Amino acid sequence: MNARWPFVLAAGALFGAGLAWSTMTRPEVVLSFLHFTDLGLLLVLGGAVTVTMLVYQLAPRVLAKPLAAERFGQHPSVLDKRTLGGAALFGVGWGLCGVCPGPAVAGLGTGNWPLLIALAGLFAGAWLHGRFFGKQ
Amino acid sequence: MLELFPNGAAHYLIGGLLIGCGVAFLFATTGLVGGASTLFSSTWSFVSQHAYFQSQRFVESRSWRLVYAAGMLLGTLLVTAFAGGGPATAVAWPLLLIGGVVAGFGARLANGCTSGHGICGLASLQLPSLLAVMTFLATAFATANVVRALGGQP
Repeated sequence: MNARWPFVLAAGALFGAGLAWSTMTRPEVVLSFLHFTDLGLLLVLGGAVTVTMLVYQLAPRVLAKPLAAERFGQHPSVLDKRTLGGAALFGVGWGLCGVCPGPAVAGLGTGNWPLLIALAGLFAGAWLHGRFFGKQ
Repeated sequence: MLELFPNGAAHYLIGGLLIGCGVAFLFATTGLVGGASTLFSSTWSFVSQHAYFQSQRFVESRSWRLVYAAGMLLGTLLVTAFAGGGPATAVAWPLLLIGGVVAGFGARLANGCTSGHGICGLASLQLPSLLAVMTFLATAFATANVVRALGGQP
């Protein structure tokens, strides 16, 4: 148990509720975006990025530190072959099944049991990456 | 006529705002950056002694990432109890399995997925994340349309 866990749990619950409310937990809806028949995913991404961007940019300016921790973290992204090659592969996998990491976890809460197969695949893919291509 | 949102737009926007509130709340309260896909590496550190999985960033974050995943389940359970769950996916299991493996490998190689690069990376104005998002959208569009043309997707 850790003092920040209740906040993490609540944040995850909001994330999951948003995924379920926007039906992103249904691979068919994601695939309908990739087939250009329903562009709803752009609204989901746009809405999520807008709120997150506001808080990511403002919170470190108005707060000395997070409410329940000592410092603000950062998303460390670098421009190299791993990032772009990995993204290209990720897109191929996502395009095959319509499932990305968040919905694979959250979708189980909607009773969408076949997502367990994709979840197992995601864990297997991450293991293959770490075991044979992991760079520390 | 081309219809952009044949199933309505409001639930997409509301859901997206909720997702943003979750990632933003995580950051404002704990300072943590809440992408989803690192979970798939950090959780292996509980069972694999391989040096990569035992690296500090996974061992340090593995517990809160599981709590975050539990929260995501809790959130979807609440929405499902309130609004119903919808049908189980009809995507064929070999596509779910192979797609999952390729997506899991790629997301970890890229160090981010639709939430890590797509939400957290774009929200922190990182150019590499923008390029990653454009790359995975391009290959996902291409893949999904090829699979559909071959009769493999609804």
